Amino acid sequence: MTGWLAAALSIFALVVVLAAIHVPFGDYMARVYSSTHHSRLERVTYRVVGVDPDADQRWPVYLRSVLIFSVLSVVALYAMLRLAPMLPLANGKDAMLPMQSLNTAISFVTNTNWQSYSGESLGYLVQMAGLAVQNFWSAAVGMAVVVALIRGLARTNTDRLGNFWVDLVRGVYRILLPIAFVFAVVLMVFGVIQNFSDTTVATLGGGEQLLPGGPVASQEAIKDLGTNGGGFFNANSAHPFENPTPLTNLIEILLLLAIPFSLPRTFGRMVGQVRQGFAILATMTILWAISVSLTVAAENAHAGVALQAAGAATEGKELRFGVPMSAVFGASTTLTSTGSVNSMHDSYTPFGGGMLIFNMGLGEVAPGGVGSGLYGMLVLAIVTVFISGLMVGRTPEYLGKKLGARQIKLASLYILVTPTLALVGTGIAMATEAGRSSMLNSGPHGLSEVLYAFTSASNNNGSAFAGLSANTDFYNIGLAVAMFLGRFLPIIFVLALAGSLASQAKVPETDGTLPTHRPQFVGLLAVVTVVLAGLVYLPALALGPIAEGLS
Amino acid sequence: MNGVTRQAWIAVRLIVVGALVLGVVYPLLVTGVGAVIASGSAKGSLVESDGEVVGSELIGQNFEGDQWFQPRPSAAGADGYDAMSSGGSNLGPNNEDLLAAVQERRAAVESQAGTGVFVPPDALTASGSGLDPHISPEYARLQVSRVAKANGLSESAVAGLVDANTAGRQLGFLGEERVNVLLLNLAIANARR
Repeated sequence: MTGWLAAALSIFALVVVLAAIHVPFGDYMARVYSSTHHSRLERVTYRVVGVDPDADQRWPVYLRSVLIFSVLSVVALYAMLRLAPMLPLANGKDAMLPMQSLNTAISFVTNTNWQSYSGESLGYLVQMAGLAVQNFWSAAVGMAVVVALIRGLARTNTDRLGNFWVDLVRGVYRILLPIAFVFAVVLMVFGVIQNFSDTTVATLGGGEQLLPGGPVASQEAIKDLGTNGGGFFNANSAHPFENPTPLTNLIEILLLLAIPFSLPRTFGRMVGQVRQGFAILATMTILWAISVSLTVAAENAHAGVALQAAGAATEGKELRFGVPMSAVFGASTTLTSTGSVNSMHDSYTPFGGGMLIFNMGLGEVAPGGVGSGLYGMLVLAIVTVFISGLMVGRTPEYLGKKLGARQIKLASLYILVTPTLALVGTGIAMATEAGRSSMLNSGPHGLSEVLYAFTSASNNNGSAFAGLSANTDFYNIGLAVAMFLGRFLPIIFVLALAGSLASQAKVPETDGTLPTHRPQFVGLLAVVTVVLAGLVYLPALALGPIAEGLS
Repeated sequence: MNGVTRQAWIAVRLIVVGALVLGVVYPLLVTGVGAVIASGSAKGSLVESDGEVVGSELIGQNFEGDQWFQPRPSAAGADGYDAMSSGGSNLGPNNEDLLAAVQERRAAVESQAGTGVFVPPDALTASGSGLDPHISPEYARLQVSRVAKANGLSESAVAGLVDANTAGRQLGFLGEERVNVLLLNLAIANARR
């Protein structure tokens, strides 16, 4: 079998599995968030933490709950990172220093999982009871927020959006935890480690090698499922203990795409029009397929003098995965908000690496992070309806909700946040010695490293052009600010939008209503997504990856 | 209590519940299941020779000397294959240091295998983890005659061991054909005795 056929079959297998699961899984998630029943474990949890699970919240209260939970999670994680050596299972590792701890705590709470540390420098407990726990919570927060937005579209004449605590707990207990458990076991069977001791071995060649241990499988499963991406080890999913075989590689790609590609169905179910969800899914799928194809093609062409000399773009890539499935992982991890990597993006070809930056610049909506991808795409759908409405001179409406000045303002603010953070951050970095001195590579590729860092942080991705020395005060603080604002400002706008939509009555459909489930709308939405990101990021990309690729 | 304090108190208690359920019970449960149904792989797929653990099937290691098949170049740690500092070189596609390293590695391989031979890319580039346990069958075949000579084995015997340690694509289409260097060298060591 040729490499091309094998790669095509691998991608086909991905698509087939996702196509098979998204309907039942999406329907299941819709039931999870619509059900009025509380399981026994949930009732116990609500009693212990003091929540009335049947009390619906108005949007400001829902938002306040999100923010309070997240900020206190940052505090708790920060404390744990600082106090790690005094806790059990510290494995002899030192505490993380203050600025890096702050960066790391914000990174994991915002579902970014940017890592300015290397996983090998942390003890077992802080990884499994600190970082991995936020992998669950931050994912469930994203899902709760999109569910609130969906309720805003589905409900009428109400100021109630649901109960954040209930959405949060259900997301973890009924979706993330059971699936993570099953796949932790699956990954373990195929070679991912799960133990509590490092092993020293006398190697065959007469040397010594210290093999790391750790509860990796349990963290690996939720790392991908929750589109978090923070590796247990520095090399992340390139590490053979995190991703030992081509099959586990495929499973990990599936895990990171599973929820984002199934949520459109959940949306369609909850608004009572399955075809609306299908249109969103179609848009996501088209953008994903194009991006994957372009990234694979760029890596296959292996442009760049060093890669040309080597004969293939294999620098930073694992032999067992091969170049195509490394590129598929790279495109998928940047199109979701995952940021785990199975190959080193810094060594990608100029256009391949540029594609990864552009993927994040799209706002991570194809299919995006768990929850955040769908709410990003719904905001873009609202903008698309508005633009189309301007062209035909009608009052824009989406799913029977009028899109007036308030809704469009909120959607516009949403769209402006992350590019502003990414580009202003990059600008400040390039203007200061502190920002520039961290670059490993020189020339346009150095700019790409910085641009990648701020785009990744602002969009809560977490992957890196890892040549950049990110453990400096400048980057620890600058990227922490980008991650925090890049997560919570959009959430504020989304929940405000949800509140304003829920309070409306539904307007009846007329001949002038733009249908939002037809191929025409799918095409419009895809174009708006690409054009918006293109307009914003093209100048910066021209100076970095494009300049490098054309020189 | 006003709303903010009440919610903060809920959040604090939920964070504690989460740390216990998701941070302790869940990973320990996975560990327990692993000990029963996947104890070998959960411990790191360790490889034994004469009762001694000589490494992990999944983690590459350094081999010094002509008698061993050589792994890919590695950027993990100063000497390569340091399993406590996984990572790639992160050198860009046009980086001059990377270009120089590729040329140097090509020259080194050619000095052993003959000038002008096709040197496969995996022999010239470092992996992402720095711990890649595999090389391509092409790179392994390029080393057969050197390894055979250094060990006093016939080339056909060594080539046979390469074939025996070559794994095809998983399920027929996933990943790449590859040779596990540690297992191959173990077979060489056993053949030498």
